[in-house]
Amino acid sequence: MTTEMNEAPAVETLTMAKAINRALRDAMSESNKVVLMGEDIGKLGGVFRVTEGLSAEFGEKRVMDSPLGEAGIIGTSIGLAMKGYRPVPEIQFDGFVFPAFNQITSQLSKMHGRTGKNFEVPVTIRIPFGGVIGSVEHHSESPEALFAHTPGLRVVTASSPHDAYWGLRKSIESPDPVIFFEPKRRYWMKGAVNFGHTNFDPFTAEVVRAGKDLTIATYGALVPVALAAAQAAQEGGYSVEVIDLRSISPLDVETVAESVNKTGRLVIAHEAPTFGGMGGELSASITERCFYSLEAPVLRVGGFHMPYPVAKVEEEYVPGIDRILEAIERSFTY
Amino acid sequence: MPEQQTTVEVPSNPWGIPARLQLLNEEAQLQHDDKFSPYVEDIDRETLQQVYRTMMLTRRFDDEATALQRQGQLALWAPCKGQEAAQVGSAFATRPEDFIFPSYREHGVAISRGIDPGELLALFRGVNTCGWKPQDHNFQAYTLVLAAQVPHATGYAMGLNFDADFGNERDPNSDEKPAVLAYFGDGSSTEGEVHESMVFAASYNAPVLFFVQNNQWAISVPFSTQSRVPIATRAAGYGFEGLRVDGNDILAVVAATRYALEKIRAGEGPVLIEAETYRLGAHTTADDPTKYRTNEELESRTLHEPIGRLEKYLRAQGTPDSFFEELMAEVKEYGASVRNSALNLQNPRFEDFFERVYASAHPLVQEEAQWFQEYQEGFEEQN
Repeated sequence: MTTEMNEAPAVETLTMAKAINRALRDAMSESNKVVLMGEDIGKLGGVFRVTEGLSAEFGEKRVMDSPLGEAGIIGTSIGLAMKGYRPVPEIQFDGFVFPAFNQITSQLSKMHGRTGKNFEVPVTIRIPFGGVIGSVEHHSESPEALFAHTPGLRVVTASSPHDAYWGLRKSIESPDPVIFFEPKRRYWMKGAVNFGHTNFDPFTAEVVRAGKDLTIATYGALVPVALAAAQAAQEGGYSVEVIDLRSISPLDVETVAESVNKTGRLVIAHEAPTFGGMGGELSASITERCFYSLEAPVLRVGGFHMPYPVAKVEEEYVPGIDRILEAIERSFTY
Repeated sequence: MPEQQTTVEVPSNPWGIPARLQLLNEEAQLQHDDKFSPYVEDIDRETLQQVYRTMMLTRRFDDEATALQRQGQLALWAPCKGQEAAQVGSAFATRPEDFIFPSYREHGVAISRGIDPGELLALFRGVNTCGWKPQDHNFQAYTLVLAAQVPHATGYAMGLNFDADFGNERDPNSDEKPAVLAYFGDGSSTEGEVHESMVFAASYNAPVLFFVQNNQWAISVPFSTQSRVPIATRAAGYGFEGLRVDGNDILAVVAATRYALEKIRAGEGPVLIEAETYRLGAHTTADDPTKYRTNEELESRTLHEPIGRLEKYLRAQGTPDSFFEELMAEVKEYGASVRNSALNLQNPRFEDFFERVYASAHPLVQEEAQWFQEYQEGFEEQN
């Protein structure tokens, strides 16, 4: 390991898209059981160019430009996993995952249990998710709660190139199926990736900013937004802690509870509709654990109960700095 | 002046419906087919008697299971009565290394693959989701969401290709080329996953045999609602061969399956076989077929059921009465063992189901398992 470290710099600055590309490349180099499948992921390199160059490097068989059928992509990935492969299928956009919903929720999630633990199905499904890229309908959704509600699946997100690299590497290594949600509006955001961080645990939350008066828990594309809101609140005299949940299932409630026991206040932010979303789940878990530490009710900031709106008004729908600040203010009225 | 009328030539078979293969007709007389008869030439009377035996065991197993459900010993049963030739015949043509993805009615295939009655009944008695280890028999768990197993079979077959392409063969010195079989029915054939599977299988030249048992009824809906043409016709649209056989004719089923598997092993891509058969029983024990099909239909179909046809042929070939008498005694004993194996199935421990959800530790599942254990222990302390 030390010789490898000498050959390549242990830390490199990459965009999130490049970090994900590198994770796929490194996983494929390490094992010829890792195969990619998806619509337009080969020569084109995917609609976001995340898989660029991989087809040329590993060949068209390991980087499959699949026929256009999401149920087929996930269904055949399950069969490949049963044969001993570690498929990493890509769903082109969040809103296109639903033709594969049956295969994911009734087959992939249950296969290990229903075969009496005789088959592991280490399929990692990559899905670009979330909005604010000015796109058309079905291209900006956040369906993570639908998958988190399904036992047998692990659901992971990333908010930085470093977490995207290691989150994906560790998801591919996991013996369980993982839905890996990539915040598409952060694909071009740069950050340092430490390639020596081999004990990274993608199924845990991380405190990304320390504070003592209030906790914000969020994930994916909203992490930088929450950090900016925390900075703005600092100017108003509030010391705000920010937690990147990273993992949606399992949900690292312990890290959030530890923070809330200290701050007494919690605001949860996500792009997905508030009703039935992850915020409700985390809110209930924190209320159960931290009832006597809470100074205010847990508040949620999320999408409204409507289909993701058109691009011209999407910034009204997705929580921004001001809506998070409004929730912070509201918390302090109790 | 009226235009001169031109004669439009109407093709007799505009959709390319495949001819129906039959090698043993309803009267148990051999039919010759230049292409397919050679595929069953090696099958002597003794071998066919063994096939007959497996069909008889399947029939008895099925009748016992239906009775067990009526007695409240099974939650549900999906009878395969009438489909024994399609199931036992196709399984007979496979090799042990071939991997099979069944639907939920393939009891004759399961028995052919050496799965015990108790293992097979575990699902229907509510003690397990799969009573056997799939790898021990190369026979996957039953799948109850219709057609969901068909893309799995296709992906598994793509993996077999990769094994060769990437040098991951289990045994590089072996010439054996395994194939994959996906079983489904006429109802399932409508599901989109079947369509996508056939596209993927064709695009990746996957070594998979799509074996459709057309038993004419999807619970209460007749085949005519699923398709205007035999399902085998569809294969041409995907660019591979589709065969249509009399599914109650054991010889036709064996010949077609052997032919298809030979082709698949040679790397000549997927094949679709439609075995035209008939479900003599109910869809499941929760069904009442008298509400949607007539007694006349059932009676005429019963005349063409597969076991009687094979018995007639075997007797004509000189199988002695003693064979049938001994087999009847064995079948009776087997029926008793089926009942015993069902009643002796161990009830599962609820706690074990926490451990099945994930292959690696999951904090929420661990927390809930721990909570449940403490909750249970609370009752014990009170007692």
